[in-house]
Amino acid sequence: MLEVVAATVTFSAPGSPLIRAVNGVSFTVPAGMFVVMIGTNGSGKSTLLGSIAGTVRLNGGTIRLAGCDVTRWREDQRARFLGRVFQDPRAGTAANLTVLENIAVAACRGRRVGLSWATTRALQSAAAERLAAIAPGLETRLDQPIGSLSGGQRQIVTLVMATWHRPDLLLLDEHTAALDPAAADRVVQATARLVRDHNLTALMVTHSLTQAAALGDRLLLVHRGQIAFDVQGIAKRRLSVDELTERFNRLRSADQLDETAAKTLAERYV
Amino acid sequence: MITLLSTWTFGVALGLVALGMFVSYRLFSFADITTDGSFTLGAVVTAVLLVWEVDPAIATLAGMAAGASAGACTGLLHAVLGIEPLLSGILMMTALASVNLVVLGQSNRPLSGTITLFDRADAALLSTVGQIGFSGAAASEAARLGFVLLTATVAVVLLYLFLRTKLGTAMRAGGNMPTMARALGRNTGAMTVAGLAIANALTALSGSLVAQYQGFADVQMGIGMIVWGMASVFLGSALVGSVGLGGAIIGTLAGSVTFRLLVATALRAGLDPDWLKFTTAVVVLAALVVPRLLVRGSQSAAAR
Repeated sequence: MLEVVAATVTFSAPGSPLIRAVNGVSFTVPAGMFVVMIGTNGSGKSTLLGSIAGTVRLNGGTIRLAGCDVTRWREDQRARFLGRVFQDPRAGTAANLTVLENIAVAACRGRRVGLSWATTRALQSAAAERLAAIAPGLETRLDQPIGSLSGGQRQIVTLVMATWHRPDLLLLDEHTAALDPAAADRVVQATARLVRDHNLTALMVTHSLTQAAALGDRLLLVHRGQIAFDVQGIAKRRLSVDELTERFNRLRSADQLDETAAKTLAERYV
Repeated sequence: MITLLSTWTFGVALGLVALGMFVSYRLFSFADITTDGSFTLGAVVTAVLLVWEVDPAIATLAGMAAGASAGACTGLLHAVLGIEPLLSGILMMTALASVNLVVLGQSNRPLSGTITLFDRADAALLSTVGQIGFSGAAASEAARLGFVLLTATVAVVLLYLFLRTKLGTAMRAGGNMPTMARALGRNTGAMTVAGLAIANALTALSGSLVAQYQGFADVQMGIGMIVWGMASVFLGSALVGSVGLGGAIIGTLAGSVTFRLLVATALRAGLDPDWLKFTTAVVVLAALVVPRLLVRGSQSAAAR
């Protein structure tokens, strides 16, 4: 379960006004819910995700994971609760290590690492089983460097790693954006299956309106650092790509209108 | 014969610097210039303790511990204060130059009259090497080589085993892709500190052994060690190619010995010692570029 309360992140560059990238956002993701988050470029959705993962510091507000206030926790400390998959397939795996060694590191998520063997036979058979279930064929490549896998395969292994121990929240940061359409499709299917089969709590950021309409129990549309649209239940299931596109365009044209108005005002009266 | 044995002994002893470089540079992509200072630190700490008639094994371990703390300091400069790797190492190396001089008390200190690890090795291994057919001065030299080989083997095996544990694997992951390691709950800063401590402990062990072998410690003896280590690491991977972890570690040690043999051969063939460092740089460059050219060659051959 994730609770975000009045989260605020501000950026300031010298000589320019304060930018509120995330402006007092509050929302709760109850256990077992799959939330999809979309937003325009610069809407603040990446910053919001970063503040949950621990890569961005909040200027105000609170983040709670599984009931625990983690606002001041470092990124590596929050890993106790989080499973994460990144946009860049290279970021979520260590290329020089074998597939099995990568999984071994994931099997220690949120646990102490000691001087016991990393890649035991038990781990190997468990890894083979889990990979075979989600992407048949990958289990034969356990001993190869993970860098030799394709981007899509790496994302699937990263998904398996992120969910090796059930996370309190699975954070997916545009994890299909860097893949070709066919690979993206496979990764989306693997994601949906993992989330459904293990009844995971998940927050997925995406650029794809098709994915946003098709996936998840709830949709959050972030715009200008705030949640502009929040839909769940039957309304979310009925939501079509067309309707979503229209909402998106409306927000964009409102922005353009604002910009034109500001420019006109500036020209005439300043 | 004695010269050849001595070349090997130096090659293997300095191979420990290469092992350290393997950890800092290959695993953590950290070009750690502390190496020059910690090599000397290991030598001077051991030398002073030997002069105080401390047991040579303890003196050697103390040298290693000193090197480890120097490495940890470099790691802290980088991980806690955010100073970039190269600069952290330069700062630490500069600071160590003074530390080494103060510890040794003078710029050069002979170890004649002290009992070193090699004296122990002579006593323990002389009968064994006698059986293989060495005698006289060569026997003593062979015993010394046997001893450094044994030490290096223990270091290689321990390093390999450590890197296969959960902690070691997590450290390799952290060095390779910090984002991934942090997302999986690993404190990558702490891992860099630990990695550099291990690397510089190995380097200091090498310095300690070299001082005991040649019979003196000198505050200048660490100069150029980083290039030596890099040369061995690159030469090692050029020798063995891309193989697993164990192969890469052994390749590094083999790289050091090969390099030492190359240097000895070049000097014997009449290379002006003034050009030694220049030649070293050229060898490093060749070890870096040639494998890449070979790969490109085979790729274009495959394309045709």
